[in-house]
Amino acid sequence: MVHERVMEKLAILADAAKYDVSCSSSAGQNKRKNSNKGLGDTGNGICHAYTEDGRCVSLLKILLTNHCIFDCAYCVSRKSNDIKRAAFTVQEVVDLTIGFYRRNYIEGLFLSSGIFDNPDFTMERLVRIAKKLRLEENFNGYIHLKAIPGASDELIKEAGMYADRLSVNVEMPTEKSLKLLAPEKNHADVIKPMEYLKNEIIGYKEEKKSNFKAPLFAPAGQSTQMVIGATQENDLEILGMANYFYEQMNMRRVYYSGYVPISYDSRLPEIGTPVPMIRENRLYQADWLIRFYGFNVNEIVGFDQPNLDLDIDPKLGWALRNLNQFPVDINSADLELILRIPGIGVTSAQKIVRARKFKRLQPEDLKKLGIAYSRSKFFLAFSSPFYLQKDLSSMQIKEQILNIQNSKYKNNFSNQLSLFQ
Amino acid sequence: MTLLIYDGTFGGWLTAVFEIYEYKLKDVVFAKNESSNSLLFSNTHHIETDPKKANRVLNGLKKHLSTHGITNLYHAFFSELDQIEENLFRFAEYVLSSPVNIEGDLSNNAVLNVRKAAHLTGKESHRMKAFVRFKLTKDNLYYAIVEPDCNVLPLIQKHFKDRYADQKWLIYDSKRKYGIYYDLEQVATVQLTFDSNPSSSKFLAEISDENEEFFQNLWRNYFSSVNIESRKNTKLHIQHMPKRYWKNLTEKIPNLKK
Ligand code: SF4
Repeated sequence: MVHERVMEKLAILADAAKYDVSCSSSAGQNKRKNSNKGLGDTGNGICHAYTEDGRCVSLLKILLTNHCIFDCAYCVSRKSNDIKRAAFTVQEVVDLTIGFYRRNYIEGLFLSSGIFDNPDFTMERLVRIAKKLRLEENFNGYIHLKAIPGASDELIKEAGMYADRLSVNVEMPTEKSLKLLAPEKNHADVIKPMEYLKNEIIGYKEEKKSNFKAPLFAPAGQSTQMVIGATQENDLEILGMANYFYEQMNMRRVYYSGYVPISYDSRLPEIGTPVPMIRENRLYQADWLIRFYGFNVNEIVGFDQPNLDLDIDPKLGWALRNLNQFPVDINSADLELILRIPGIGVTSAQKIVRARKFKRLQPEDLKKLGIAYSRSKFFLAFSSPFYLQKDLSSMQIKEQILNIQNSKYKNNFSNQLSLFQ
Repeated sequence: MTLLIYDGTFGGWLTAVFEIYEYKLKDVVFAKNESSNSLLFSNTHHIETDPKKANRVLNGLKKHLSTHGITNLYHAFFSELDQIEENLFRFAEYVLSSPVNIEGDLSNNAVLNVRKAAHLTGKESHRMKAFVRFKLTKDNLYYAIVEPDCNVLPLIQKHFKDRYADQKWLIYDSKRKYGIYYDLEQVATVQLTFDSNPSSSKFLAEISDENEEFFQNLWRNYFSSVNIESRKNTKLHIQHMPKRYWKNLTEKIPNLKK
């Protein structure tokens, strides 16, 4: 490698890729094992470092090139933007990935690209890199490739043979916004490859049932990303879209990326507008409630209340709107109900269900289990002695909880869900 | 009170548990090897690690615990927390005396403490899986220096062996003065003696592969490129990467030549 030039390319192409927030490298159930005594495996997704903004660094996340024939207003790589351009060669990306992986810097590669020339031309190079890593370097680490809308089915299929995960970013939550900011694009273009991937992934899973040795196809599934706050959508529209992806496209993850102002374009928030980080965090919390806590989208946002509260998390918001469902008796209630108590997460709920087999739990016991009792106490009952603050209204509860929160968590919002309860 | 002197290994601790029952010892206090305050105790008992005795205790525990419970016990031992041996013994006593599996009884202090200690060790081994930074030498050895809070090398060796099966590597715990070394076949525990200061830049320049510095710079460069200034959150950054680890993290060591 010609050192200086590669160093410069890395700076440009990592910088251009950083706005894609999906960082997960977790392989899920179908782990790639190092059974050929080669290099690497895919595990549960280790964060090897954290950026100064507190985000997980687990993958070498770069663009193959930031040259692009399109002009999407929300994107730094757009054609009309006056920036330095660069392109890696196939071999350079392979060498970087292997060099970083062997030093335990990363879990693998996340490769995306601007579209130079045409979609197939770009996709073919992405595929070539993944293929080289797998077949020539014996690499079993994680590979996430961008599926370029408009690329041929054959190329996308080949990508799935070597990559762990593929993603097509929808970017704008609604067609209207997409038309506003990227007039050359439409939603159908991104839905088509998603649908193709969905069917291929289902096909692979079916085949795997009868043939254990069936070759892997995108074992970590597909994901997508939406940019939040660049356009006018409310949370109901955003979560509705996410729900569509989870239900209709079998998406493994939907990522929400708070828009970082990068352009003086009058269609977009001005440079200097704060990144909507709290909103982004609330959307992730809502997303978790839907995926892991048995909530339905409509319980979290609705036409009467289309946006998530910014001052409290969506689970607490739901509880305050549904006080009639509380208190929940933690000594007898089903796990699903315990999961709905504010302040009690999945692990805590499981701990409660396990510990109550040995004795009737009392408030002290909850503290011992490490449960945020000060938050949850408003919603709990302990069979006997019966403890319940019946007379508090939802406003009063909210106020008291906000007081606890403010002293503890002020200015500590993150998209890593660190304060998610 | 009886002072139990054992060799500091998990097998040694298991043997000690056996002998506590065998000799009906009361109010035991554990010490690793000879310790100076042995005079304070009326009784001193030396434990000779014995695989047979150790296995009998382990099998006894296995009858009353799930695999996860056994793993927790094992991890807790490596936490090196103050009085962990005594805590583990109280836990073992409870386990062996109770007809049902008690590992979910978190309102019991012994159970809770073991769980917490296991959690701490688990967190530390997870961190080491993340924070090891290999450097390549001229002889094609990838080596890393770590200083974990708990004694985690025994717990992470399988992870590294599985992952880096085709490269020779060495992970050295400079706090506990031993390392684990993989020679492409198996992992062995090693003690090292350095002829010169292993962190001096001259020494490093002599042993390093010619591309090593380039890769370190690429990584630093990458680490600073991915930061989004307008999202800066130093508190969260430090919470995830506590400062005590920085001196062994390439991306946190400024490039002196720049
Ligand atoms: S096509 Fe992709 S890379 Fe090109 S401008 Fe649009 S979003 Fe950016």
